[in-house]
Amino acid sequence: MDTPQPILEAQDLRKSFGTLEVLQGINFSLLPQEMVFLIGPSGSGKSTLLRCFNRLEEPTGGKIIFDGVDLMSPDVNINTMRQQIGMVFQQFNLYPHLSVTKNITLALRKVSKKDSSEADEIAREMLKRVGLEEKANAHPDELSGGQQQRVAIARAMALEPKVMLFDEPTSALDPELVGSVLQVMQKLRDSGMTMVVVSHEMRFARDAADRVAFMSEGQIVEEGEPGAIFENPQQKRTQDFVSEISR
Amino acid sequence: MNTSETFSRWDLFTETFFNQRLIDEYSGAIAKGILITCEIAVLVVFTGIALGLLLAMLRSYRFLPINVFISCFVDILRSLPPLVLILLAYFGLPSIGFSMSGFLVLWLVLSLILAAFAEEIFWAGILSIRRGQWEAARSTGLGHTQTIVYVIIPQAIRMTVAPLTNRTIAITKNTALGTVIGVGEILNQASTAQSFSGNATPLMMGAIAYIVLFIPVVAIGRWIETRFAWRRI
Repeated sequence: MDTPQPILEAQDLRKSFGTLEVLQGINFSLLPQEMVFLIGPSGSGKSTLLRCFNRLEEPTGGKIIFDGVDLMSPDVNINTMRQQIGMVFQQFNLYPHLSVTKNITLALRKVSKKDSSEADEIAREMLKRVGLEEKANAHPDELSGGQQQRVAIARAMALEPKVMLFDEPTSALDPELVGSVLQVMQKLRDSGMTMVVVSHEMRFARDAADRVAFMSEGQIVEEGEPGAIFENPQQKRTQDFVSEISR
Repeated sequence: MNTSETFSRWDLFTETFFNQRLIDEYSGAIAKGILITCEIAVLVVFTGIALGLLLAMLRSYRFLPINVFISCFVDILRSLPPLVLILLAYFGLPSIGFSMSGFLVLWLVLSLILAAFAEEIFWAGILSIRRGQWEAARSTGLGHTQTIVYVIIPQAIRMTVAPLTNRTIAITKNTALGTVIGVGEILNQASTAQSFSGNATPLMMGAIAYIVLFIPVVAIGRWIETRFAWRRI
């Protein structure tokens, strides 16, 4: 059996803010159709790592290889690459001045250069997938947080990315709205989407993830199947974190 | 105080400010002044705001030499009294070979001043948009220019409407400064007529013309403000 090629790789990735080194040489690789959770205490660098993957954060050293392309190379058109790397944010970040449909179609029209009827058709399809067809003409401020986040997921999915990055997608939600977003993520996972998720939803991580990477102080301390990480962590820092969160 | 004296004072007042004969005689000139004032005002509003928006957008690229230039331009134009610039351009530039009509000088100077204020207002608006909006747009592959045009400016503009309206009204009223360089706008027509007639009626006509002209502008400004006010998430 061939070893599958990773779709996304970080090699000795470093990021400093001033004198503070928040990523201290990260090596990480993601296989197609994998769902990996990045967990760890706040300030451990997991969001920064995620944001380096599409260069919303500029790494100060190391490499990011996406689909065989070195994203740090000066020849790379980062805008083209970013279309293939969807991102979902903690604060949803929908465009408040545009309708739900227009939120989804903006990049389709302006970056993928699709005509508006085709873009609208894609938006309809994506809204159906996240269960919000009836909100096509609503504005973001008419939606609940959970609905906004599902629209944000639809917006990222519409570009048919090869990987989707989730930066604490449920952290800004009221507890009763978390479930609907996790459901959409589960469906996306079942459809074979490759995903990296920074999240504190440990139960979801345990149920859905293929792999969990535990980060602390700018390093990946330990990674493995969720069962191994949560039930039988090898490293002291992982053990401390796991016992802390399962209390 | 007897009635005849009150009566004559009232007469004197109407004779000085509302002389019917002079109103008839100079209404044509004032009308012409209104037309010219309107022309300059409209031109200044469009070029000034467009240039201000363009400068604010350029500034968002955060390219140091350009930003230094924009900051200098904005600070200098905001600190100079408009009259000084008008006189300098009208009387100074011909000596170095740039001869411009008073109309052109007035248009140019007022546009640049409005642009300087508008740039600051738009820039404040751009800065007020949360970083997440930029990140969301960029993460879908939109470039910097596309992000600013389709995502940032449409949101920023709603916040700039009130200060921009105020500033625009203030600058367009400065069209009256054209009178010192012979632009035949309202005040110029009125003061010419005043010196010919030796009577303040034409000036009063000019004042009324300004009110008639600018009250609708103020009203439209208020309407735009309410129309653009929208709920924040």
